[in-house]
Amino acid sequence: MDMSAFPLELPETDRPMVRFMNVTKSYGRLVVLDQLNLDIAAGEMVSIIGPSGSGKTTVLRMLMTLETINGGVIYVDGKPLTHMAKGGKLVPADERYLRMMRSSIGMCFQHFNLFPHMTALQNCMEGPVQVLGLSKQEARERSEELLSLVGMIAKKDQHPSRLSGGQQQRVAIARALAMRPKVMLFDEVTSALDPEVIGEVTNVIRKLVAEHNLTMLMVTHQMGFAHDISDRVCFFFGGKIEEQGPPDILFGAPQRDRTKQFLSAVKEAH
Amino acid sequence: MTIWDFLETYGARIASGTLVTCAQFGLAAIIAIVVALIAGLGKLSHNGLIRGVSVIYIEIFRGTSLLVQLYWIFFVLPLFGITLPKFAAGFISVGLNVGSYGAELVRGAIQSVPKGQWEAAYALSMSPARRMRRIILPQALGLMLPPWGNLLIELLKGTALVSLISVTDLMFQAKQINASTYLSAQSFGAALVVYYILARFLITPFMRRMERVMARRLGRA
Ligand SMILES: Nc1ncnc2c1ncn2[C@@H]1O[C@H](COP(=O)(O)OP(=O)(O)O)[C@@H](O)[C@H]1O
Ligand SMILES: [Mg+2]
Repeated sequence: MDMSAFPLELPETDRPMVRFMNVTKSYGRLVVLDQLNLDIAAGEMVSIIGPSGSGKTTVLRMLMTLETINGGVIYVDGKPLTHMAKGGKLVPADERYLRMMRSSIGMCFQHFNLFPHMTALQNCMEGPVQVLGLSKQEARERSEELLSLVGMIAKKDQHPSRLSGGQQQRVAIARALAMRPKVMLFDEVTSALDPEVIGEVTNVIRKLVAEHNLTMLMVTHQMGFAHDISDRVCFFFGGKIEEQGPPDILFGAPQRDRTKQFLSAVKEAH
Repeated sequence: MTIWDFLETYGARIASGTLVTCAQFGLAAIIAIVVALIAGLGKLSHNGLIRGVSVIYIEIFRGTSLLVQLYWIFFVLPLFGITLPKFAAGFISVGLNVGSYGAELVRGAIQSVPKGQWEAAYALSMSPARRMRRIILPQALGLMLPPWGNLLIELLKGTALVSLISVTDLMFQAKQINASTYLSAQSFGAALVVYYILARFLITPFMRRMERVMARRLGRA
């Protein structure tokens, strides 16, 4: 593939926090994302909605570099993420480069994925101590502050098996934040939760949006929540962005038939 | 001859045999655990050479009998210039044999750790080695402790074969006593009881204890 169309670095004047540039992802013959172009500005909260299988999770996993891409380049803060400059050309990034770059990205998963052999506090301290090289003392202070932010400080010495789903997810958010990422990714973080505890997790995310200048990309099935907190909503369909815009417009006056169908189907289900 | 007379006469030899058996067990167990860890991780390596060596080791030692391996290491290796004392040949053979089964336990346990654990550690930018050491292995250890308990009991039983290359273990002493006294029931009965006690009252409780410690570390106890 011709890489000359992709700059080694984005110019100062045109530097979103995240840029997907002609990104393609396929599994064998199945093209999951087709020539995706998506910019996310610093401090922006973007929600991704869409039917199951439309490629929403894949977008986040590519940005977390959990998946390799088959075409295009992803840039984070102006620098290539999936590729690195070598001899004046972009080549696929190696493990070391990926590790350095992905430390500016944090991710929360649908099933929390807390480390079961560590307490809530240890879960949060693990990355700062092992990866960032913070002292135990610094890491503890940072982690306790974040556990307070998510309302989990009282349970800091509990193992995940002693916590409810909502509590585990809040710890997982604190764990990701402890790495001080520039970009936070949330993949259906309330889908595995009982209805009565969804609020405790969405409230934490609301607080992050209100009080912190984080760039966030969130996949969600909760249209009301997406409406309330997003700066922009992207509707994915068949591996493409079918429609995107400010939440009032996308939910209030969608232009495309597929968007209308999807939104009315979701409304009916509730 | 009553059982008490028998023990009075031969108790010392049985005790010394038991000590040798315990030494063989302990040293073989160390080899088995270390080799199992190396080969189990090796089989999952991305490096083809490391993976190949691990697979060949596991196949050879699982696919042939311990007795043949013991004879090879004691009688055939010297032909290639590697001569081991019988004591060392004994526990090395048993350790390598059991290690090949242990390697599969290690590999299986690592692969049973949910994929989400790898991904969470990856998302924290941990290096592959750190992911393995800090996140995956501690959880795999919890998963493989129960089958390791069984394997260590098999290992204890396996050490009886070292008597065939004249290592003076419990079985060797029992055979010697039997040969000179024809008191088969007493000689082999004593061996039977000692092996049972070692397995049932030392190894099993020790492993149970380890399992409880692991459960506590996972916050489940
Ligand atoms: N590891 C994989 N191997 C093959 N196909 C996959 C894999 N992961 C996802 N897919 C496919 O990619 C498509 C998009 O998946 P995903 O991004 O998870 O969708 P969404 O999150 O929108 O439900 C689906 O058709 C899914 O079956
Ligand atoms: Mg999904």
